[in-house]
Amino acid sequence: MTMLGVTMWQHNFASPLTSMQDQRRRSVWQKLHIDWPLLLALMIVIGVSLLSLYSSSDSNLWLKQVVHLCLALCLMFLCAQIPIHYYKLVTPWVFVATLLLLITVLVIGYTGHGARRWINLGFMRFQPAETMKLMVPMMLCWYLSDRALPPRGKVLLIAGVIIMVPFLLVAKQPDLGTALLIIASGAFVLLLAGISWKFVGSVLGLAALSAPVLWYLMHGYQRQRVLTFLNPESDPLGSGYHIIQSKIAIGSGGWFGKGWGNGTQSNLDFLPERSTDFVFAVFSEEFGLLGILCLLLVYLFIIFRGLTIGAQAQDTFSRLLAGSISLTFFVYLFVNIGMVTGLLPVVGLPMPLFSYGGSSMVTLLAGFGILMSIRTHRKLLTS
Amino acid sequence: MKSSKKTKSLSVMRYRFILGVMLLAAVALSGRMVSLQVLDRDFLKQQGDARTVRVESVPAHRGMILDRYGEPLALSTPVQTVWADPQTLSSETSNLPALAALLELPTEELQARLARHATREFMYLKRRLDPDVAEQVQGLGIPGVHLMREYRRYYPAGEVSAHVLGLTNIDDHGQEGVELAYNEWLQGLPGKKRVMRDRLGRTIKDLESIKEPRAGNHLHLSLDYAIQYLAYRELKVAVQRNQAESGSVVVLDVHTGEVLAMANQPSFNPNSTIGGFQGNLRNRAVTDLFEPGSTIKPFSIAAALESGVFTPDAVIDTSPGRITLANYTIRDARDYGKLDMANLIEKSSNVGMIKLAQALPPEKILTTYQRLGLGMNTGSGFPGERIGNLPSRLPNHPVEQAALSYGYGLSVTALQLAQAYTAIAAEGIMPSISLLRVDKPATRTQALDPGVARQVLMMMEAAVAEGTGTRAQVPGYRVAGKTGTARKASGGGYAEDKYIASFVGIAPASAPRFVVIVVINDPQADHYSGSRVAAPVAGQVMGGVLRLLNIMPDAISPKEKEAAPGVPPAMPSQPSPPVQWVKNNVRTVSLEVSQ
Repeated sequence: MTMLGVTMWQHNFASPLTSMQDQRRRSVWQKLHIDWPLLLALMIVIGVSLLSLYSSSDSNLWLKQVVHLCLALCLMFLCAQIPIHYYKLVTPWVFVATLLLLITVLVIGYTGHGARRWINLGFMRFQPAETMKLMVPMMLCWYLSDRALPPRGKVLLIAGVIIMVPFLLVAKQPDLGTALLIIASGAFVLLLAGISWKFVGSVLGLAALSAPVLWYLMHGYQRQRVLTFLNPESDPLGSGYHIIQSKIAIGSGGWFGKGWGNGTQSNLDFLPERSTDFVFAVFSEEFGLLGILCLLLVYLFIIFRGLTIGAQAQDTFSRLLAGSISLTFFVYLFVNIGMVTGLLPVVGLPMPLFSYGGSSMVTLLAGFGILMSIRTHRKLLTS
Repeated sequence: MKSSKKTKSLSVMRYRFILGVMLLAAVALSGRMVSLQVLDRDFLKQQGDARTVRVESVPAHRGMILDRYGEPLALSTPVQTVWADPQTLSSETSNLPALAALLELPTEELQARLARHATREFMYLKRRLDPDVAEQVQGLGIPGVHLMREYRRYYPAGEVSAHVLGLTNIDDHGQEGVELAYNEWLQGLPGKKRVMRDRLGRTIKDLESIKEPRAGNHLHLSLDYAIQYLAYRELKVAVQRNQAESGSVVVLDVHTGEVLAMANQPSFNPNSTIGGFQGNLRNRAVTDLFEPGSTIKPFSIAAALESGVFTPDAVIDTSPGRITLANYTIRDARDYGKLDMANLIEKSSNVGMIKLAQALPPEKILTTYQRLGLGMNTGSGFPGERIGNLPSRLPNHPVEQAALSYGYGLSVTALQLAQAYTAIAAEGIMPSISLLRVDKPATRTQALDPGVARQVLMMMEAAVAEGTGTRAQVPGYRVAGKTGTARKASGGGYAEDKYIASFVGIAPASAPRFVVIVVINDPQADHYSGSRVAAPVAGQVMGGVLRLLNIMPDAISPKEKEAAPGVPPAMPSQPSPPVQWVKNNVRTVSLEVSQ
């Protein structure tokens, strides 16, 4: 499966513009505005995630996730149908609306797990920060699409404001994971837009220098997470518990894993958050290194596919947006796996497409819908 | 155009750069995986096992104690014990009150105990819980509260055989009686197994058995449950009716030395968890000593006959019913006049016994007693059994010398005395006593001359037919017996109004099968004599045993046999009403006394 995907990717890379033959072969998918290699890879990951959810929870959590998935897939198809210039049209308005919602959340939001993140709509809880993950890169792309690239001076300043305002609002909730993703998604847009390395270097240097200030601004539990990351064994029953249990789960998987449903760490209740943030540990324990490498290949394929779509896009907005969505997805994955394996501090990010949860799934698949739209609404005859 | 081209090439470079970074990151993740899953695997796996895999002790099933026909008298049933890890279960746990309610403990007490053991990792919360309650406790899902399987001992026969069986403690070790004597045999070897536990400490599955538990062995006692029940019932009725302090009954098989029944009053309910048995725990038939009084006389007669000085027809003049030895006068109930050997037993004349003893070589009676095992171990192996007191040398004082002949100056247990009587019953051969089912006794001793034993048996039969033991008669059967009414020793002398009433019976007299001894300690109602208090009990027991053992009536001529509808038909050797009754009343065994 993966081999086929890779071949497809190479093939497409070799001929940036679709040939007539290609067009005929893919005409049905074209009409449906579906990028089938991307869809296939997504479905593989989602299918495996349902297996892990089934194994990790006693209740019928996986069935609930199926409901979430149906909603999210519908949204993805919907997003794929809409030509990209419509997105460009509504982006500023949606961005401002989401910004207002974020402010509303801070004022009257629903509190859960000690953070104000949700607006209760009665039938569901809505998380504006999730939408922001998409809206920040879209807004940036919209802003940069009509301007000279690489951005300089005033343009760069405004771009910075577009990133930092939502970031600060989300960080205040507090939701550090999502806030980091927002920064990353914005940064990728700027990076792809070609800002100078000098600028990137100086921003990174500044960030390093401001680390002590950041430490001072952090919440107690966030500091604890960093300390725990540096030495998880310092408090094995408290804040280090998550990471120790998760490392044990992964490690005891070995080459081939214990087999589906046989993970002791997860099934015996030792692994915390095993349906959400730490679901990767469940998968690792049961499917082993081999399973992980296969899964990572599928994930990488999804990202390459997204980057390819970006590389072959026909306007700046699409190109920047596709690149940002794909790379943010990668950061998302990398941070989660890094956290679960103890490479990174615990920042509370779910595993994209894999963890239980509706909001994140909806945003992610909406993003992939936009990617498909970019792919399938190309004007094929221009060269 | 130029700018656009530049942008485009720049963009491609960026793409390549980003792709490179991404691949590096992917390699880093994969490397981390390899390090965790391949390099650190053993360590992490062991850490995981350390969290889930535990070695548990598997309690071994303690063997059953059965009667001679396999009827269970003591058996172990699985129960659950609730224990806690106080380091996990703190006194602040929110659903502690719910737990306390299930365990029937005050919440404050539970909290106090948890606080007291806060540094420990193990603490019993409540032992031996009913399985359904244990399930509810588990249902609470409180971290640090665990279940453990144990066995609890049940005694279906309750107080009926409580003294012989004894008790186990809460750790399933024998503490009293047969449970203690045969503890090693009954107790199995606990096993070990590896199990998987979840975070709350619940055992999820058994991984492997390291060592299989070896169940204990079953123990077949010599007791016949039906006879035991009968003996106990009759004894209980008699002790209550006579307002006695205590009492014992022993039934022995004369050929094998097996104890068919051994019952005592007062008894206790071994199934009670409350305790407070105090003095009732004593198996008085082997632990309590008494001066036998007249029940010893058949052995003095036997000594006289063996010596050749007396023949069964020899006559002793007991007039005027009293005799003075060294300023000490010993009396009979009245002046019996001239008595032969049979009359001597029948009337139980003390004066006659003294005269008899004086005519014998001085050591003769003492050595006869010694041969009959008085002052020695019966071989029953019962924990705490007493051997009694028999002087090793002949006392110097003539009164003490004489007293031996009519049952004072020595003390015996009921079991010991019953054992001695087996010699009279079985042509002089006395078996060692066994509480276990045996085919033949461990040792047999020729304690009396066979002919003498037969003669004494006939004299004892006469005593039941027309002497002091008439209340022990069993219709249809020939029964031999001897009563005893001994004054209780108290302080330096003897109490004025305290007696030990006893009776030893042998049946059937034509071909003896068993010996029954009844000892009633300090009857306070209308009567105190062995003839009035103990003999009727022995009669009831012997009658029952004769029927239970399916022994043909031997006192009826063949003609009468056909005509007598009163003689019961052959009964199965193991009648079941009492057994059935016990099964239905496992927990609270109490016997109603019908006055």
